[in-house]
Amino acid sequence: MTALQDQVAEFLAAHDPKTLPRLDFLRARFDAGLAWVYFPPGLGGQAAPRAEQAGVDAAFAEAGAPDNQPGRNTIGLGMAGPTILAFGTDEQRKRHLRPLWTGEEVWCQLFSEPGAGSDLAALATRAVRDGDDWVVTGQKVWTSGAHNAQWAILVTRTDPDVPKHQGMTYFLCDMTAPGIEVRPLRQITGEAEFNEVFLTEVRIPDAHRLGAVGEGWKVAQTTLMNERVSIGAVAQPREGGMLGVLTKTWRERPELRTPQLRDRLVQLWVEAESLRLAGDRLRQQLTAGAPGPEGSAMKVAFAELNQKLSGLEIELLGEEGLRYDDWTLRRPESVDFTGREAGYRYLRAKGNSIEGGTSEVLRNIISERVLGLPSEPRVDKDVAWKDLPR
Amino acid sequence: MNSPDLLYSDVEEDLRASVRALLTDRADAAAVLARTESTEPYDLGLWRTLAADLGAAGLMVPESLGGHGASARETAVVLEELGRSVAPVPFLGSAVLATAALLPTGDELLSPLASGELTAALAVPLTTAPGSPFPATVRADGTLTGQVRTVADASAAATFVVPAVSTSDGPGLYAVDSSAATVTEVVPLDLTRRIADVTFSGATARPIVLGPAAESALDSALSTAAGLLASEQTGLAEWALTETVTYLKGRYQFGRPVGGFQSLKHRLANLYTELVNARATARYAADALAGGYDVPIAVAVAQARAAPVAVHATEEAVQLHGGIGMTWEHPLHLYLKRAKSDELAFGTPGRHRTRLAELVDLPG
Repeated sequence: MTALQDQVAEFLAAHDPKTLPRLDFLRARFDAGLAWVYFPPGLGGQAAPRAEQAGVDAAFAEAGAPDNQPGRNTIGLGMAGPTILAFGTDEQRKRHLRPLWTGEEVWCQLFSEPGAGSDLAALATRAVRDGDDWVVTGQKVWTSGAHNAQWAILVTRTDPDVPKHQGMTYFLCDMTAPGIEVRPLRQITGEAEFNEVFLTEVRIPDAHRLGAVGEGWKVAQTTLMNERVSIGAVAQPREGGMLGVLTKTWRERPELRTPQLRDRLVQLWVEAESLRLAGDRLRQQLTAGAPGPEGSAMKVAFAELNQKLSGLEIELLGEEGLRYDDWTLRRPESVDFTGREAGYRYLRAKGNSIEGGTSEVLRNIISERVLGLPSEPRVDKDVAWKDLPR
Repeated sequence: MNSPDLLYSDVEEDLRASVRALLTDRADAAAVLARTESTEPYDLGLWRTLAADLGAAGLMVPESLGGHGASARETAVVLEELGRSVAPVPFLGSAVLATAALLPTGDELLSPLASGELTAALAVPLTTAPGSPFPATVRADGTLTGQVRTVADASAAATFVVPAVSTSDGPGLYAVDSSAATVTEVVPLDLTRRIADVTFSGATARPIVLGPAAESALDSALSTAAGLLASEQTGLAEWALTETVTYLKGRYQFGRPVGGFQSLKHRLANLYTELVNARATARYAADALAGGYDVPIAVAVAQARAAPVAVHATEEAVQLHGGIGMTWEHPLHLYLKRAKSDELAFGTPGRHRTRLAELVDLPG
């Protein structure tokens, strides 16, 4: 037993998860420094090695303790939290990290825009200083969970007269503020997991600015880096995820099998297993304190694999593959790539190579930052944002 | 399930550094290329240094049997480096295949093999996959008679470990002095790993192990070789990728480095992604072989994944090098030939997938 495991045991002895109300339990766990143990003392942690986190979570789970429902607040936990820790004032950290971790406040991410996808730094949502406030107007898109969120991380354009990377500022945005309108964005699956968010003269106090004026790109880089680290951060069992769905069908439905499908299935089995092992290797490198650049490669491979697996599943199902479970517009609380039926899985997987950096952008990153090949020509580098063609 | 260690230990990195320094010094591309057309296709001086002075031949052999008491993990690191240099040494045939066949038997040959004094070869076709039926092309009736085709590193071997079948004892492994065999080198696709047909005509032989123990020793050797070959394939792929990246940074066309064109960058990014995956499977197979857990699946996955990655990486390297990639003077072709031959060694990827389907219960 490590010292942390002892602490968990002591904490559980003093806080019975069976009798204590869920939120009280989570708040007490945060205050005891047993939430994200690698965070600093007073902010839910105790500056322990990051590798210890999994063991602590497992110990709480084993005791039947309530968790903070990470699936409902992936943006908050994976991206907003680390960014607030890195760039927030003491006041901002104190105010936000606790309700973020307990899930009392769910976060969303106001980054992408209709005119700024892969080229995020081209974004056009304007923030203009007005006394102690900023007045923000613009449109954001692909905002997952905006309909459940109380807070958002937001990147805006504060200076259109300088090149695009220099004129951005990062804010923490109260999603209940007047002038914010969230509209469901219906996807090819029929549901609306994402939203469009319209901001019309939304007033954000300067105290909610994260990082310096004009430093928004730097702050956003931290957010995006954490997004890529969080992909593949959890150990998978063999035959987990999409592959497990497919092998289960294969074993239970002998009438669907053909030799040709079998070899394709085994090929994908091999791909999935090697990707799983590569993920294990990456995590072992991170634990040993030497982060490898494999993360982007993992994401490209994961997207491709999911698309191939879900495509094969439809073929395997034959006639059933022609049917779809439900086209009704709904707004799910959390995302499960393997949830619902084969058709949904096939269509949802198409997003895996677009969200969180398209596979094309990630291949640029791999080839430039890992392999050291020349960068793409940058025709927009020295041009003021307002003069860029759009 | 054990928790596998997929990284390289400090000791393994030290070993890698020693092997790489030796190969850089003694097996640069020009030397390797020149040797392919010489009358001595193996660099036996280099082999002695690697096997004896660096102790690479005895890594898998316990100290009690005269070895260094390391494991398949360290042997895998040596194979990665040999893959990176395609150095013409009989490491796979002698230090991996023949040694692994003898390991379960504790035979007296292990000590001279481990010290590098003896070079041996396991007399099986290089294409033999783990799980294959015991070969029956050689009969053992007092002496050995029969032929084994396509034996790797046979012409460098002083002793053959020969699977043979006798009427009274069934399957067995026998030790035969190479002077008692006829070794006919064939023209190989892979110029840096020689193959030969080996014929025995009433050859004097010493039985090493008979019966089911012989079958399991042979299968263990094939399994070890197939699993560790994935590390050689990782080394081949890594060399091909690194070499191509370097070339494309320095090659200018249309007024800019060719490596700046996105269509090429993305192909190299894909190769990198494949390499990351191949390396993970190779490390897993090495760790599984060292720890004796999950071996059949680990080996099948590693061969099914790493073999095509090495072929793809070397094929892409030829294409992306343009004209120079088609020349004899550039060493790339040696890697392509090795990678394509390795794809057949110890079972093709398709064969390993078929085996895997049985192992993980994906019925046909």
